[in-house]
Amino acid sequence: MGVMKRMSGILQAKTNKLLDKAEDPRESLDLSYQKLLENLQKVRRSVADVTTAKKRIELQATQLQAQADKLQQQAKDALSQNREDLAREALARRAALAPQLADLQTQHQQVADQEQKLIVTAQNLQSQVDAFRTKKETMKATYTAAEAQTKIGEAVSGISESMGDAGMSVQRAQDKIDSMQARAGAMDELLASGALTDLANPVDDIQAQLDKVSATSTVDNELAALKAEIGAGTPAQLGPAEPEAPADSGEAPA
Amino acid sequence: MIVRILGEGQFDVPDADRATIEELGDVLTAAVDGHDEGAFTSSLAALIDAVRRTGTELAPDSFTSSDLVVPFSDATLAETQALLEEPGGERT
Repeated sequence: MGVMKRMSGILQAKTNKLLDKAEDPRESLDLSYQKLLENLQKVRRSVADVTTAKKRIELQATQLQAQADKLQQQAKDALSQNREDLAREALARRAALAPQLADLQTQHQQVADQEQKLIVTAQNLQSQVDAFRTKKETMKATYTAAEAQTKIGEAVSGISESMGDAGMSVQRAQDKIDSMQARAGAMDELLASGALTDLANPVDDIQAQLDKVSATSTVDNELAALKAEIGAGTPAQLGPAEPEAPADSGEAPA
Repeated sequence: MIVRILGEGQFDVPDADRATIEELGDVLTAAVDGHDEGAFTSSLAALIDAVRRTGTELAPDSFTSSDLVVPFSDATLAETQALLEEPGGERT
C-alpha cells in the first residue's frame, strides 16, 4: 500500500481515538467543538514555546557575536602595537567561534520555520472554530433527517482530521525544540563556564599582554622624559607620552 | 479527490489529475521502501508541487476528510518511516 494511503490511515487512527467516546452524533458535534478549542489552545502554547526557543538562540548568537567582535578589535590593537603574534592568536580564536555561530544561525532558521508553520496552523484552526460554532447548531437543528446524520459524521471526521494534523504539527515542533534545547543548554553552560568567554573576555590573556605592552611603552616614554629633563635642566611633562615625544630616541631600556 | 498535505491543508484534486498524483505517490513509496533519502526528498517535493498545482486549496472550515495524506513538506525519510510504524500506518 502506498505511503499516502498509510498516512491517511495513521491520521484516522489518531482521530478515532479522539472521538470514539461519543455515541450520539449530536454529542459528537459538541465533543468535536470542545476538542477543537483545546487543540487551538495547544497550538497557541506551542507557538509560544517555539518563540521562546527562538529568542534564546538569538540571545546566544548575540553573545557569541560580541565575543567575535571583541577578538577582532584585540587583533587590531595588537597589530597597532606591532604584536603580530598576539593578533594572529586573537584571529585564530575568532575563527574558532565561526562554526558555533553558523550552527546557531541554522538552528534559528529551523525554529523560525516551525514558528511560521504553527502560526498558520493556529490561524486555520481559529477559522474552523469560528465556522464550526454556528455550523454545529445548524446541524443539530436538522439532525432528524438521516441525511443530516451522514453530514454530521462527515463534518466530525473532517474536523478530527484537521485536529490530528495540528496535533502532529505540534508534536513535531516540540520534538525539534527538545533537541535544540539540549544543545542550547550545552551552549549556555559553555558561555557561563568561561570556556568561550575566556577567549574573548577583556581580562583574558591576549588583553593582559596588550595592556602590558602598552604599560611598558608608557613607562619607557616617561622615563625618557625624565632623562631629558635632567639632561636639559628644564621641567618635563609627565603623563601619557606621545610616541613622537622628543626624548623617545631609543636610549630607553627595552 | 481530497488530498491533505500535513501541516499545510487540504486540496481538491480533479479526477483528471488523479493518475499523476498516484504515480508520484508510487515514486515516493518506492523511495521510502528503498530507504533512499535523496529519492525521498525529490519525490516528496515533486508530489507536493503536483498537488498544489493541480488541486484547489479547500477553505479551513470545509470540514471534509481526505482520501490521501502527504507527509510534511520538510519531512525527513527517517521521520516518515517512524511515523509509518504508528497504528494505522501498517502495510496491508
